[in-house]
Amino acid sequence: MSQDRLYVVTNDQITPGRIRAGKMMVGASFALLVLVAAWQIMGGYDLAADFSNWRPTLYAYLFFVTCFCMALVVRHGEQGKRRLFVVPATIFVLSMVFFPLVFGLSIAFSDWNLSSISGQQYNGFDNIRQMWQDDFYWNALTNMVWYTLAIIVEYAIAFGLALLLNSQIRARKFFRVAFLLPLMLSPVAVSWMVGKSMLEARFGPIARLARSLGIDNPSFFGDAETARAMIMIMDAWTFIPFMMIMLLAGLQSIPKDIQEAARVDGATPWQNFWEVTFPLMLPVSITAIMIRIIFKLKLADIIINVTSGGPGGATDSVTSFIFREYRDRSNVGYGTMLAMVYLVFIVIGFTLFMKLAARWMRPKY
Amino acid sequence: MSEVQIFHDHEADLGHKVKWYAKRVTVYGILLLWAFICLFPIYWTITTSFKLAPDVMQGNMIPFVDYAPQWRGWRSLGMSPDTIGEYSTVRAEFVKRFLNSTIVALSASSLAVVLGSLAAYGLSRFEYRFGFMRNDDISFFFLSQLILPPVVLALPFLVLYREIDMLDSRIGLILLYTLTVLPIVIWIMRDQFSSIPIELEEAALVDGLSIWGAFLTIIVPIALPGMVAAFILSLVLTWNEYFFAALLTSTDATTLPVMVASQTGSQGINWWSMAALSTAAILPLVVIGIVLERYIIKGMAAGAVK
Repeated sequence: MSQDRLYVVTNDQITPGRIRAGKMMVGASFALLVLVAAWQIMGGYDLAADFSNWRPTLYAYLFFVTCFCMALVVRHGEQGKRRLFVVPATIFVLSMVFFPLVFGLSIAFSDWNLSSISGQQYNGFDNIRQMWQDDFYWNALTNMVWYTLAIIVEYAIAFGLALLLNSQIRARKFFRVAFLLPLMLSPVAVSWMVGKSMLEARFGPIARLARSLGIDNPSFFGDAETARAMIMIMDAWTFIPFMMIMLLAGLQSIPKDIQEAARVDGATPWQNFWEVTFPLMLPVSITAIMIRIIFKLKLADIIINVTSGGPGGATDSVTSFIFREYRDRSNVGYGTMLAMVYLVFIVIGFTLFMKLAARWMRPKY
Repeated sequence: MSEVQIFHDHEADLGHKVKWYAKRVTVYGILLLWAFICLFPIYWTITTSFKLAPDVMQGNMIPFVDYAPQWRGWRSLGMSPDTIGEYSTVRAEFVKRFLNSTIVALSASSLAVVLGSLAAYGLSRFEYRFGFMRNDDISFFFLSQLILPPVVLALPFLVLYREIDMLDSRIGLILLYTLTVLPIVIWIMRDQFSSIPIELEEAALVDGLSIWGAFLTIIVPIALPGMVAAFILSLVLTWNEYFFAALLTSTDATTLPVMVASQTGSQGINWWSMAALSTAAILPLVVIGIVLERYIIKGMAAGAVK
């Protein structure tokens, strides 16, 4: 068995009584949880007017979790105290992710209009069949591929800026703060500031600029390609600082003497970049790109607020599409199924990406 | 006699100098251009909040030169000098949303930093075995939550919260936001803790402190800058969150981004009030960005460089 990095000799004296007490705590609180849940399922749910929701079960669950944590110390002593570091976070994530996911699966195979009284109606694979024929969903998925590919350009810009910030410049602090600011702004505010006012076709400054450059009727959200490009630009504007800072940290961690050695050996600046700096930056780059992809997959706020998917669904991301599906029909079943399928795609995609990244990272020589 | 060059006006030297200057100009040119790109929308929003309809339509850009700044936009928010003393429904609404955002963002970030730091510390110091899961698996379990897109959780949570009467409550939002930033906090803090030498705790333990005592009195003060960095980063992410807030809140617990978004729908060119609202919404984070830039950069850098 592997040893703790922080190794401590302790003489815990855990009496059988303590073990029994710990087991009792867990068992009793769990029994209480089961009882309350059963009582609610059996009909307490409707009977008692004060408890018209599942709050009692929730409280019983919280009580059980607390008892479980305390019982760790009672039963395992010093070892239990160590586990207490990780257990709260684990229980938190498990209850916040596991239950909703399982519950979500049950929703995904049902027709459930929240505003109607009929409630949840299981409808087997109807949602999948509907999804299969839903061109807008597949269109949104294709859009996601485009949006994700835009990361390559963002990465190039971010890398360039990081290189500049890392070189010998004055007022470095000013530039760093200025470059960081877009990340601070909420996407909703950005979608008004940039999408709705600066890109406004009549009075927006960018439209004016376009007119003075000879474009007669600048319209940024009229046709599909331009609209998509605008969404990409706005999203890039907010998140380039993110990649830039990660890459900058990577650049600063490269020892200077490696680059100096290359220069002494006669490498041109271009060679120095491609054959020394860039390969050394690969691990950081992959981390930065991966995190950027994660944020990109959540892309919705800007789309919801600027184009709400238009024109004709051309700018929809999966998230914004599901958001509108729910807003328009308040049907949770279909939307959840779409989200689940999206998750499956993401998991497959990420597994492939990690495999590929691991292959690239392997030293060539 | 050694060849010391006295005059630097030989043709070769001048050529070199020109090239050097050209390079400098390009570098600063690009830097200034990008700084302009980053700052112009913020400048535009702030100045627009002081414009009137003709100024907007004529495309006036520079206050005091092109147009005379007016308090019109801020008056509609009830935040201009002459209305600040009076009661204003819009301002009351704004303050309510602002408080909601603040409470939710602060609580979620604190909760995430506490839970995340504990977990990260445990993972960096002890070997765990929960069933088949070892330390690496547990770390992966936490970090893998990052790839879970919010949509997947959104609708199930909508239904769940309805069942336990937590829709439109701040607690509901706080819990969800904690979940979304927890992986990032754990990621940052794991790095921080593993860079602190274990000998420190060993000495503390020999001197008679318990593990939790050593953690709270020795390790936390050392790791505090990292925790602040993680906290600020979570604060930025949770303050700006829109998707969950739009789905899960309706009247009581609505946050600032939802309020801003609900105003953008109203058409017509009352840009000044939208601009004032946007300015007020982004200002706190702009200030945080300028003042605490160091910590934000530190937080993001911590995860990037191993």
